[in-house]
Amino acid sequence: MHKHKSNNILDSKLDTVSISIKQSIKNMDSYTHVRGESLYVDDVNVRQGTFHAVVFDSPKAHGKIKHIDYTKAEALEGVKRIFTYKDVPGKNQIGGIIPDEPLFAEKEVHFWGMPIALIVAETELIARKARQLIDIEIEELPVITTAKQAKAKGSFINAPRSFSLGDTQKAFKDCDYIFEGETFSNGQEHLYIESQGAYAEPLENGTIKITSSTQGPTAVQKTTAQVLGVAMHKIEVDVTRLGGGFGGKEDQATPWAVMAALATYHLNQSVKLILNRHDDLRMTGKRHPYESTYKIGLSKDLKILAYEAEFLQNSGAAADLSPAIAERTLFHATNSYFVPHVKTTVISCKTNLPPNTAFRGFGGPQGMFVIESAIAKAASEIGVTARVIQEANLLDENDAFSYGQIAKKVEAKNTWDSAKSIYNINTLEKEVEDFNANNSNFKKGLAVMPITFGISFTNTPMNHARALVHIYLDGSIGISTAAVEMGQGVNTKMMQIASNVFSVPIEHIKIETTNTTRVANTSPSAASSTADLNGKATLKACKALLERLKTVVSEELNVSEDTIELKDEFVYINNKKSNLSWTELISKTMLKRVALTENAHYATPEIHFDKTKEKGHPFAYHVYGTAIITTTVDCTRGTYEFDSVKIVHDYGKSMSEGIDLGQVEGALAQGIGWMTMEDIAYNEEGRLLSNALSTYKIPDLFSVPKNVEVIPVETTGHELAILKSKAVGEPPLMYGIGAYFALQNAIKAFNPNYDLKFHAPMTPEKVLMSLYENN
Amino acid sequence: MITFILNNKTIRTSEHSGMTLLDFVRYEQRLTGTKIGCREGDCGACTVLVGTLENGHVNYQSITSCISPLGNAHGKHIVTVEGTNLQNELTIAQEAMKANYATQCGFCTPGFVVAFTGFALSNSEKNYSNALDAISGNICRCTGYKSIEKAAHQMVSNLKEHKTQPNFDWLIKNGFVPDYFSTITKRLQDLEVKDREQPKGKYVAGGTDLYVQQADHLADNSVHLIAEKNYLKGISINDNVCKVGTNSTVSDLWNHSQLNMYFPRLKAHLKLVSSEQIRNMASLGGNLVNASPIGDMTIFFLALNSDITITDKNQKERSLPLKNFYQGYKTFDLKDGELLKDISFTLPVSQSVFNFEKVCKRTHLDIASVNSAIHMHIADDCISKAHVSIGGVAAIPKYLHNTSKFLNGKSLTPETIIEANDVLQNEIAPISDVRGSSDYKRLLARQLFFAHFITLFPKQFTLNDFVQHA
Repeated sequence: MHKHKSNNILDSKLDTVSISIKQSIKNMDSYTHVRGESLYVDDVNVRQGTFHAVVFDSPKAHGKIKHIDYTKAEALEGVKRIFTYKDVPGKNQIGGIIPDEPLFAEKEVHFWGMPIALIVAETELIARKARQLIDIEIEELPVITTAKQAKAKGSFINAPRSFSLGDTQKAFKDCDYIFEGETFSNGQEHLYIESQGAYAEPLENGTIKITSSTQGPTAVQKTTAQVLGVAMHKIEVDVTRLGGGFGGKEDQATPWAVMAALATYHLNQSVKLILNRHDDLRMTGKRHPYESTYKIGLSKDLKILAYEAEFLQNSGAAADLSPAIAERTLFHATNSYFVPHVKTTVISCKTNLPPNTAFRGFGGPQGMFVIESAIAKAASEIGVTARVIQEANLLDENDAFSYGQIAKKVEAKNTWDSAKSIYNINTLEKEVEDFNANNSNFKKGLAVMPITFGISFTNTPMNHARALVHIYLDGSIGISTAAVEMGQGVNTKMMQIASNVFSVPIEHIKIETTNTTRVANTSPSAASSTADLNGKATLKACKALLERLKTVVSEELNVSEDTIELKDEFVYINNKKSNLSWTELISKTMLKRVALTENAHYATPEIHFDKTKEKGHPFAYHVYGTAIITTTVDCTRGTYEFDSVKIVHDYGKSMSEGIDLGQVEGALAQGIGWMTMEDIAYNEEGRLLSNALSTYKIPDLFSVPKNVEVIPVETTGHELAILKSKAVGEPPLMYGIGAYFALQNAIKAFNPNYDLKFHAPMTPEKVLMSLYENN
Repeated sequence: MITFILNNKTIRTSEHSGMTLLDFVRYEQRLTGTKIGCREGDCGACTVLVGTLENGHVNYQSITSCISPLGNAHGKHIVTVEGTNLQNELTIAQEAMKANYATQCGFCTPGFVVAFTGFALSNSEKNYSNALDAISGNICRCTGYKSIEKAAHQMVSNLKEHKTQPNFDWLIKNGFVPDYFSTITKRLQDLEVKDREQPKGKYVAGGTDLYVQQADHLADNSVHLIAEKNYLKGISINDNVCKVGTNSTVSDLWNHSQLNMYFPRLKAHLKLVSSEQIRNMASLGGNLVNASPIGDMTIFFLALNSDITITDKNQKERSLPLKNFYQGYKTFDLKDGELLKDISFTLPVSQSVFNFEKVCKRTHLDIASVNSAIHMHIADDCISKAHVSIGGVAAIPKYLHNTSKFLNGKSLTPETIIEANDVLQNEIAPISDVRGSSDYKRLLARQLFFAHFITLFPKQFTLNDFVQHA
């Protein structure tokens, strides 16, 4: 009994990181980052004789390949070989969820930029020159570029999905107000600054090692094995770090790694394939554009009684992750609001764009944009501010989501009320009003954006991870997990966990590369849950090792285990420092032939989801928050700035405050970018027009909000979050949606004749046209 | 041989002078801290410093190495992030980035570190605004920049004791750069740099546009580098006429104290043109012969009613008004073997006003949807002479003959300006493209025309004087 109690105290101690560490911990990768010494794929020291590859892709969006002539390209000096689908020894298939995507086009092409062949040469420049020499003849077929066109033609990826709660048809009859409308949100290019790439090298006995810039090493391993027709153990995938991922390297890092491995397989030589920026932009998918319709019904006291929405997802030419992304749109269709009667449907539409893919938020933002549009429309028609409707419908404890999960530990109202009072929203609104009354060249607009985001892979079987922890003879520690470091600071968080359990300085701990031979069969680093899953596994492994070490101490010093504690690299007995240091303890443990290695497996408890009923409990927990966004529009030029974004965010109990703040600020900037300047454009033939950094603009230093404040709301955190520190990667992106509505309000202040539009992004072009429409 | 100092090492290479500096440092020298993000000068991940010996001092500027020919490094000191590293500690710029969580994935980080180091080494006043300008060409997709702003503040506060003119000893002592920087002036002076015979080939100055368009072609074909040709350099002012050599960069204008007096808002205008890295490279002549319908500096010089001088192989010169230079889309009056030598214009006098406007998707580091400039002489609320130019609404960068003529002699009233816009609208023919629909460009042309007057005469005009809205 006594022992049990003391272990509980110890456990709770292990489960919290000291406040000074929380506040002072830096990103442990930053030392090599700032010195230019961090290694990305293209920085790896290549073997002598390495070849370089370039992808030859379709110059049309849809058609039959009539003829391809490679002879001139093959004849170019320095070209080694050109690979096509004919050279695939296994399956020419890379589809993850649905097997509908060939690695190389065979008889038909389905999007502009679809890979057809791989040119391998002595240098990248030679390979690129060879690409110019390939003649191709394509018989063009009709091109679909929008989801609506696809729906009209019956071109779909899979069957539609619907969630429902209550009875909307009946509920609409009780509504005092009903509004319907259409919305559009455009795609978004990931623009990881490090483009896609991989380096494959032959090892002995038919094994190929791939260094890949991927969020999903196992996906690369599995797909490569399938394409080459070899067993998975013949393929080793290693990832040091990514120069940004944002979802763009979850599934779509795979083809390039597979191609490099295919060339290595045939040539028995190392092959490097790094996409240049133009190739990357043209060949890879993006955030899904959505065309949606909604119907919202409210009572006189502004309660949302019923909500229906149909989401047309522009999935591109193959499934990729579209079905999973579509599902998350439904999960987040009502954002932070409780709506008793809901019917939502999503349709994944097959078009002739590159297969669209995961992007931070994973369909959630697209769903939230629609209900926020519906509320803005209702507010404008009824003659209240959107804030009044938002506030009247915030989610409460024990409210049901449309997918059956009951909301627990809800912080929607808490963050909303905190934001209102901390930032004094009445004053902010008054300032905007006064400014607008006194200025004719500029107008301000304000919007409030609450967020609720579920944490877990919605595909329940993916919620697991493993950690392999070694304590070396000298007391230093090496940790391998499935987590891929891509800037989110997961390496640092893993170090904090081990440092906390063993009470050793963080410098004693090294996070190893993510490698399929050390940690196998992993889920990708995605869904904001990387730190939770891998952190829990790391914590479990470290605790098991700690227990083992305590047994050694107990035997060595003849004390009971529950009196033992590790502190500052020494063993403490009953809070008194002993002579036994950390390193001595490790030597003694080794001499006693006790294992200093532990491999732990973690699977999220409690979660489940039944797709046949579309009901269940898919999320470990939700993350909440509220943002107040203010913009100033230059009514002469149609340009705008964001004066401030004031956020109250639910971190739970943040284990690394600087890192988590960085996630909020970075996600916010991406969300605002998606809603404002990031404007993907394809022409009717399906050719990408925004095909370079000169035509696709992401936020720069001067375009982010002048002032960003983020205040953590005091919450108890959640047991399923690592050390009660909630996931933070994706949720804050959706604060950016408020930027769209702030702009709408500013435009309306200048031009009362303006009809609200829900067609994102709100580029300076749209702003200027709106300022002067109907006049 | 191309001869230069790379970090702390003297380089003599017979590599092709048209290859990019980026490829040379990354793949020939294996300095992989310099990253490849876009290869068109739009992200700053490949930022390096170029130190040039001028009057016994080394003047450091930041550039994007992806669109810079290796040959332009001849005789210079090139500094990559590795060349800023201290033995066992971080430099002030590195520590500022680390301490403020200003690095996440780390891929853009070396570019920021080098740009901040360039700020410390530069001639500019060490204030926050200049620190931000120094990194204006660096894109980060992870942080949202707020942490990088904090790093900029930290840089500035660490430079408080430092004078504007760079003092290498002070910067070395205080941990901004490694101590080999004290040897560079002497080593550059001693470097045996012979003017290299330039082969026949494409003329390349700063390279900022050519390398975006045709890097592969330039990488293994002969290029004729003209950046070092002294007769194409320099800004001189005589009898109120300013003559600008075409090899001058946008930064040369920026740094010219007299021009800043004549054009009090010059820096605000040039800030809209491009990032600091590009301003340090882009030659004015290059901007003119690129003949882009939205070339910012072209629009600028058109409104100044500039003349240009063209020289041929035998140094025979001819002059013509810039507005007559352009003949059609990307075609202009320059014969084979001819070079643009200089641009000259009459400086604004006390009664004259000048303004430049540019709107794009992103205010900075972007290509204009529409840009426009105006230069007017005003006497007693009357426009005695006007020159208006506009870009993005025709096949060529356009001097608005009719609009300019219309304004001449008119009184400065809203009616005049509204009527002038009608004339302007008849002079332009915008087309729809990725930078905007034709309707938008037409509306924007009107708005920017009005913006000139609202900006130049803020006490006289507000937006309400020109547009009706409910």
